[in-house]
Amino acid sequence: MTGNRIARAILVLFFIGLLATPFVIKRISSGRDADRSKADAKTALARHGFYLEEVSQAAGINFVHQSPKLDPKLDPIMPEVASMGASVSIVDFDRDGWPDIYVTNSAIGSKNALYRNMHDGTFKDAAGELGIADVNQAGTGVSTGAVWGDYDNDGYEDLFLIKWGRPELFHNDQGHGFTRVTEQAGLPPWINANTAIWLDYDGDGLLDLFIGGYYSEDIDLWNLTTTRIMPESFEYAKNGGRKYLFHNLGNGKFEEVSAKVGISSRRWALAAASADLRGSGHPDLFVANDYGVSELYFNDGKGFHEVGEQTGVGFAPKSGMNTAFGDILNQGRYAVYVSNISEDGILIQGNNLWVPKEGTTGDAIKYQNLARDFGVELGGWSFGAQFGDLNNDGTLDLYLTNGYISLDRNRSYWYDFSKVAGGNSTIIGDAKNWPAFEGRSLSGYQSKRVWLNDGAGKFVDVAQAVGATDTYDGRSVVLVDLWNRGVLDVVVANQNGPLLLYKNTVAPENQWIEFELEGTSSNHAGSNRSAIGAQVTLFWNGQQQVQEVSGGSGFAAQNDRRLHFGLGPNPHIEKAVIRWPSGKVQTIDKPAANQLHKMREPA
Amino acid sequence: MSRQTSTPVLPVQAQKTPWFSLDNRYIAPAFITCILLAGHLSFGILESYQKTLLAIATSIGLELVLGRVFFHKWVHPASAYITGISVGILVRSPAFWPYALCSAISITSKYVLRVKGRHIWNPSNFGISVMLFLAAETVATLSIQWGNYLLPMLVIWALGSVIIWRLRRFHITGIYVASFIAFAFIRSWMTGSPWQSEIAPITGPMYQLFIFFMITDPKTTVRSKRGQCLVVFLVAVVEMVLRLDQIVYAPFYALFVVGPTAMLIEIWVDSRRANAAKLTVTQ
Repeated sequence: MTGNRIARAILVLFFIGLLATPFVIKRISSGRDADRSKADAKTALARHGFYLEEVSQAAGINFVHQSPKLDPKLDPIMPEVASMGASVSIVDFDRDGWPDIYVTNSAIGSKNALYRNMHDGTFKDAAGELGIADVNQAGTGVSTGAVWGDYDNDGYEDLFLIKWGRPELFHNDQGHGFTRVTEQAGLPPWINANTAIWLDYDGDGLLDLFIGGYYSEDIDLWNLTTTRIMPESFEYAKNGGRKYLFHNLGNGKFEEVSAKVGISSRRWALAAASADLRGSGHPDLFVANDYGVSELYFNDGKGFHEVGEQTGVGFAPKSGMNTAFGDILNQGRYAVYVSNISEDGILIQGNNLWVPKEGTTGDAIKYQNLARDFGVELGGWSFGAQFGDLNNDGTLDLYLTNGYISLDRNRSYWYDFSKVAGGNSTIIGDAKNWPAFEGRSLSGYQSKRVWLNDGAGKFVDVAQAVGATDTYDGRSVVLVDLWNRGVLDVVVANQNGPLLLYKNTVAPENQWIEFELEGTSSNHAGSNRSAIGAQVTLFWNGQQQVQEVSGGSGFAAQNDRRLHFGLGPNPHIEKAVIRWPSGKVQTIDKPAANQLHKMREPA
Repeated sequence: MSRQTSTPVLPVQAQKTPWFSLDNRYIAPAFITCILLAGHLSFGILESYQKTLLAIATSIGLELVLGRVFFHKWVHPASAYITGISVGILVRSPAFWPYALCSAISITSKYVLRVKGRHIWNPSNFGISVMLFLAAETVATLSIQWGNYLLPMLVIWALGSVIIWRLRRFHITGIYVASFIAFAFIRSWMTGSPWQSEIAPITGPMYQLFIFFMITDPKTTVRSKRGQCLVVFLVAVVEMVLRLDQIVYAPFYALFVVGPTAMLIEIWVDSRRANAAKLTVTQ
């Protein structure tokens, strides 16, 4: 009898212990995963090696994004269907050696802006005078993103404008203006896309263009003939926009070859990016899809084959909204970061950090999701993210913006959202079945994440401590050394919110090195002038880090084409190895630290 | 969701001419396993087999240990298997520990939260509700991960109805579904939301597990058929109230509140009757 009582007492204690476990885990993880205290610049510098200061006003930028207003049939859920369009991309459009900033606007009649870098800490909008501001006119749709690439190899970056509407290609006239060449190029009359990237998929020295559709391209969102425009499923939808791959013919024209090369998905693409993930010499293509699994296309130089399930990245469906590559362990291999949705107690998808499995390489490469282990899993309703060494300590950190719809702080749409999202496809797929928003928020006013990499497999969120304290509905992030100081600044485009410039101040003992690459394409030999796809592997202090020039990454974003490496204090640089898209390999012995190295592809 | 009883007692006639040779004790586990496999093979609902296996292993392991210690016998694992697999399907978390913890809480609750020898909460309903209360930043439940297509649901409805009919508990499911639909239209009328949006949840996968396994659990439902109908109707009523307050997991919480309350009332009534009978015998 006594034994039974003791057993019962132990059982009750065990039960209480079980109930207390979540509190204990929460307490342990909150102490370990984040520095949530706000700190002044001096403290942040001492503690984390850098500090961010929002300087958009001082820099002469007062851009505020406006969301589109679509067909009145969508009025009840307008905040949701019109929740994207803010984007930012970096380009040195006039080749003056200073990065400029292009941002999109999304209301009919609103203007995009090209902020010319004035070299004195300020910017001046030059989009109007250059002819790339008034691009959201009625009947042509609105902008949702922009990517820059020198498609004709004349040395100047050209602009492809991603739209819900008529996409546009603008030729850069040597930095003095832009000429619209959409029809000559052979681009489609209408798309509803949020992502596009430049890549030279076939290695012919000419940049090709991939476009990932979101809404179906036969929908004019301002003149709907039906309200059945929504995804047929929250996680298994295949009724989105088509994909395009435009092969650059070299005469100002492009040929659409997606079906020919093996790309035929109709998932709801939100973020594509390209990098040579297998060391094959050909750029592979990763597409993060909303309402479904991600897709990974291996490229053999002539065609693609989809290997999402085979590699492990295309099995669990989530709400992919970002694709960024980073050599986070300094091993010469890329991890892939895909952002998703996490809302406490309602939907915990968790973001994905796809890290190559030990011992797998080449075509047999497999990925495992280590976001939880690395501490970069939960970021709210996550959108754009980019890897970059924010404190120049020699490891890549991760900046994530987030927040979906910030309206009434005290009323949430989540209940209605979850109600419909779980329903039958005939219900979820029709906008008229969705309850009205009525001014409610949906994962709004969220804190951003600035995850510092310790280089040993752990990231710690220091956003509040280092000054990234905004709570706007962030969409697009780029990292760029805006003022040629050897540090990565951060630019964030917010939906219905201001463009933010976070100026970075880094502890001076940490050193850096940057590379600006230029290909020398001619007669189908050599690399594209933008050097998109070129890889630099830097060897220093017994470690290595690989980075690749990108034709677009993150969410509706494009970082500066210059590659920035942090080195930590007292670096001993052994060499930098450049592998050009043409296949040429160039080695620079002992390149000097704290310098920008301008490299031209050798003949 | 666990079906805690060995088997509802079938009438003699049914026992003489069984149309289904499988021991009834295995019907529910077999059905839920089919649902899991169908869901996974068609939609890949399991992000990892390991998490589901962890939930099942924890559930069965703990049941065996606790049964041995407190009942001095090896308890049949069918019930724990259903609890484990339910947790494995319904809990959605990127982490592993919530699967083990939810299973452990579910099973342990059967041995701790007992009144007059009966446990009063459906184990997995208790475990999942507790996890949603206490670990909301890590745990959500299945709601959308089975796709949104009609065919899989029709298969589940057909199979589930046959099985639940066989187990003589179809009235519970039927009353609940009818009540839910009626209340959906009332909510639509009250809130102005499209009626389709109010009906939508019951067309999703989470509800199939709820209506076929959780609300019909023999061990945690009252005994009389009329009582069962009343209780499940009250579950739908409380769910409606919670839904009007925009509680996402209204069905779980409604059962969490109404189920044990009904059980306690029945235990209290049984106790009074027993006392009265004892008094009569004594006199």
